[in-house]
Amino acid sequence: MSDSKPKRLALIASQGTLDWAYPPFILASTAAAMDMEVGIFFTFYGLTLLNKKIEANVAPQTNPAMPMKMPFGPEGFQNIQWPIPNILANNIPGYESMATSFMKKTFANKGVASIEELREMCIEMGVRMIGCQMTMDVFGFNTDDFIDGIELGGAASFLEFAADSDISLFV
Amino acid sequence: MSEMNFDQVLDCKGMNCPLPVIKTKKAIDTMDSGQVLKMIATDPGSKNDISAWASRTGHELLTSEQTDEGYVFFIRKK
Repeated sequence: MSDSKPKRLALIASQGTLDWAYPPFILASTAAAMDMEVGIFFTFYGLTLLNKKIEANVAPQTNPAMPMKMPFGPEGFQNIQWPIPNILANNIPGYESMATSFMKKTFANKGVASIEELREMCIEMGVRMIGCQMTMDVFGFNTDDFIDGIELGGAASFLEFAADSDISLFV
Repeated sequence: MSEMNFDQVLDCKGMNCPLPVIKTKKAIDTMDSGQVLKMIATDPGSKNDISAWASRTGHELLTSEQTDEGYVFFIRKK
């Protein structure tokens, strides 16, 4: 309940694809809404989620269990699971961008917020966002590419925050 | 049953996880202690989630019912 010391959630966001962008922002925004202190360490491909414009795609080829569904038409049609074998998916030009737009559309249809909206809510509710300095150097990212209000740091910065956390997750 | 006095209404119909919880939190933040929020959602997950949110934050979930308009919650701000 409401102790004097709030619960603390420490997340590592290591993936930059659309599907993996959801969990850290959903958990962070919800935890903040539950009056927890939240920090997210964005590292490796996860660092791209701090870009002003998030250009995350979903790669169905790397997610064989991903349901492939149509975001339009009658409900019965939308619920059909289309079996697209990888051998095909890997070779259809534009398959990835099609799957990405279908996923975004389906999520919007179901009333799920976009990644950008969730990130905005996190910022509004005071979620700390730490970008990995080493990843920036390695991949050649520039601070100007990122949204305002983030911190930069390394493993020690995250661990210092995480050491006093009640929940710590690697996504 | 649902004839309860409230000070503010929040419509979360059509919204999915985690929006009903976040919108509820934001609405509660604008209210005074002791005031009651009526929240309506269609997300079946909100039933358990609002209850979990209330028990964590200490706001009092007065009632939680499924009605024709959706899941209706009355929450008193702590």
